Amino acid sequence: MKINIALAGNPNSGKTTLFNRLTGSNQYVGNWPGVTVEKKEGRVKDNKNIIIQDLPGIYSLSPYSPEEAIARKYLLEEKPDAIINVVDATNMERNLYLTTQLAELGIPVIVALNMMDVVRKNKDEINLKKMSRALGCEVVEISALKGEGIERLMDKAVAAAMNKERREPLHVFTGSVEHAIAHIEESILDKVDHGAMRWYAIKIFERDEQTLQKLNLGDDLLEHLEKHITDCESEMDDDAQSIITTQRYAYIKNIAEEAVKKKAPKFSLSASDKIDRIVTNRILALPIFAAVMFVVYYISIGSVGAWVTDWTNETLFSEIIAGNLRTWMEAVGMQAWFVGLVVDGIVGGVGAVLGFVPQMLILFLMLSILEDIGYMARVAFIMDRIFRKFGLSGKSFIPMLIGSGCSVPGIMACRTIENERDRRMTIMTTSFVPCGAKMPIIALFAGALFGGSGFVAVSAYFIGVAAVLVSGVILKKTKAFSGKPAPFVMELPPYHAPASSNVLHATWERGWSFIKRAGTIILASAVVLWFLQSFGIESGTLTMVEDNNTSLLASIGNAVAILFKPLGFGDWKAAVATFTGLIAKENVVGTFGVLYGMAEVAENGAEIWSALAADYTALTAYSFMIFNLLCAPCFAAIGAIRREMNSAKWTWLSIGYLTIFAYAISFLVYQFGQFFLNKVWGVGTVAALIVLVGMLWLLFRKNKYDTERFTAAVLANQVK
Amino acid sequence: MKTLRDAKIGEIVVVAKLHGEGATKRRIMDMGITKGTNIFVRKSAPLGDPLEINVRGYELSLRKADAEMIEIK
Repeated sequence: MKINIALAGNPNSGKTTLFNRLTGSNQYVGNWPGVTVEKKEGRVKDNKNIIIQDLPGIYSLSPYSPEEAIARKYLLEEKPDAIINVVDATNMERNLYLTTQLAELGIPVIVALNMMDVVRKNKDEINLKKMSRALGCEVVEISALKGEGIERLMDKAVAAAMNKERREPLHVFTGSVEHAIAHIEESILDKVDHGAMRWYAIKIFERDEQTLQKLNLGDDLLEHLEKHITDCESEMDDDAQSIITTQRYAYIKNIAEEAVKKKAPKFSLSASDKIDRIVTNRILALPIFAAVMFVVYYISIGSVGAWVTDWTNETLFSEIIAGNLRTWMEAVGMQAWFVGLVVDGIVGGVGAVLGFVPQMLILFLMLSILEDIGYMARVAFIMDRIFRKFGLSGKSFIPMLIGSGCSVPGIMACRTIENERDRRMTIMTTSFVPCGAKMPIIALFAGALFGGSGFVAVSAYFIGVAAVLVSGVILKKTKAFSGKPAPFVMELPPYHAPASSNVLHATWERGWSFIKRAGTIILASAVVLWFLQSFGIESGTLTMVEDNNTSLLASIGNAVAILFKPLGFGDWKAAVATFTGLIAKENVVGTFGVLYGMAEVAENGAEIWSALAADYTALTAYSFMIFNLLCAPCFAAIGAIRREMNSAKWTWLSIGYLTIFAYAISFLVYQFGQFFLNKVWGVGTVAALIVLVGMLWLLFRKNKYDTERFTAAVLANQVK
Repeated sequence: MKTLRDAKIGEIVVVAKLHGEGATKRRIMDMGITKGTNIFVRKSAPLGDPLEINVRGYELSLRKADAEMIEIK
């Protein structure tokens, strides 16, 4: 017989550690339908009949965040056989708040009192009997990190799942509230599942919109129940939701005071607080943050990472795999086109992307460590002030920083942003930050037309960051990103030593999802582009062509080149280079090399500087560069956007936005450049003026979705 | 009306009432800030916002704009 057990608990309660310990490698990671919240499921290592469903980390079962809504829906509709509620024993009060809600669902609950090793180290004492009685469920002491008490927990959980006897629900509220709830229960008796009746009754008391909609009670009954609710409200001079929350906490506070004896006095400084005194210190916080980021960046992208990537790209894929494969395939006499497809198309295309894997694993490893020890929350705390101004939050900073190395892990790092709106906005804008692969493009034009000036690179970063901030402001005011502002109410979890199991799991999960993608979307696009580049129509038939100029890609380039005319580079070579840049941005340089008749060019394309200088002016070159830096990122990054957005619509919206934004900026630069530098003006200049005015309007228009102002107005009224 | 925003760093204050509505208010309450709760204002972030407070034995950070919704005694 299969047993379904759900794992529920606060973020940072050690839920993931327990899940990893229980299931080991028998995990399935996906997404909950329709949202970007991660769904994890696994089978217990030594009993494959027990399926563990890891619910997202939540503080409450209120319906306001996608995580909470999912957990709630799952528990009410899928009805697991039992719930293991992981509770951080060092932070009992807030953790038990969720417990009181879980206990109302009519599903057997086992409280796993986690981090007991820390509790014992602090010499605190917890009376399990008292707790168990007050909560109306079994309480088991465990330490997920040290693997203590896990077997006992599972035995109890299985026993509870098998025992179908109904438990009397907890009565945590005061007389008149319980009275009103009893009334509500009576009137919905035949409308809801018996076990979860109390849950529904409380939700009706709270006027929970989702519940009211689902039950559809009818106006007469609602009016009758409303009277009971308003009676309670006027008696306690508070609204129903506040009454419920306040009384839950009052009940828990009692339990905590009865059952827990703390040795350290209240508000005293723990070891973690002492670390924080330095790490988030007024003066030291920013320098420390800069130093940490420098180390992460230096190791994963600068030194070790660069070395590993160069080796995998140049030695492993180019020489060992591609080289030997070609020799072997030619030796056994395979068709030239097939050798080309496999070696240049598939191995070359996928290899270019897989080459980044080792570097990314190093980066993910370091970020997972920072996340696991609790530093990421501090980064958000330190940086929030700056990012909020531009419609983002403190948590958006990490993805952008990583994005300066490679957009793919940067976009993937957005996963740590809980708020869906902030996350989408960060995913959309992260690829504006120039990544490592865009550096050769900058070097090419800086060398060819700007005398190698370092100013070009600096301006590229400046434009990238400005694009992020401007987009933040523009997007914030659109309907897609409207809605009530998400509160920035974030726990700063205590620091702890990194748990190797968590860190390695997190690293591998992120790395693997990237590798999987390289096998699908990137493989497909590499094959398509190879085909377009290698084949062409010669004397009426489709054949393989030696000369790029006659390839299908060149024909397409010619056709779309006109689109780039208003940006100053309406030449088919530039169009083709922009396309091949979609495979990997550094391809732009290589493509120019090939198109200008060089078999092989250096990374900065020094061989073709003079040829480029003849075809481009400083202005057109700069315009081309800006467009390629800001427009749709490479396929790998688009794949990352697709995965993190978990929606085709949002993926297209992102790519569309990036490309249109890039087009608009390049257009402005070229047209105004023409006007100011070359004194040329015409229809283009007028159009550019209109675009400029449009952009300024998008930037400075009033935000009609700004509810922050609305709440302030409500507040002002209340004061009056 | 005195709110958590006006509280001084290092001060211990008591929550009198919560203002506002919807998700933000609910979230603040879910995190344990309810009527009568003691809050220790630990510090503000290096750039002045958000605040770090200790409530019910754990550390919480919240923006000053949100702290304005928390009336204190």
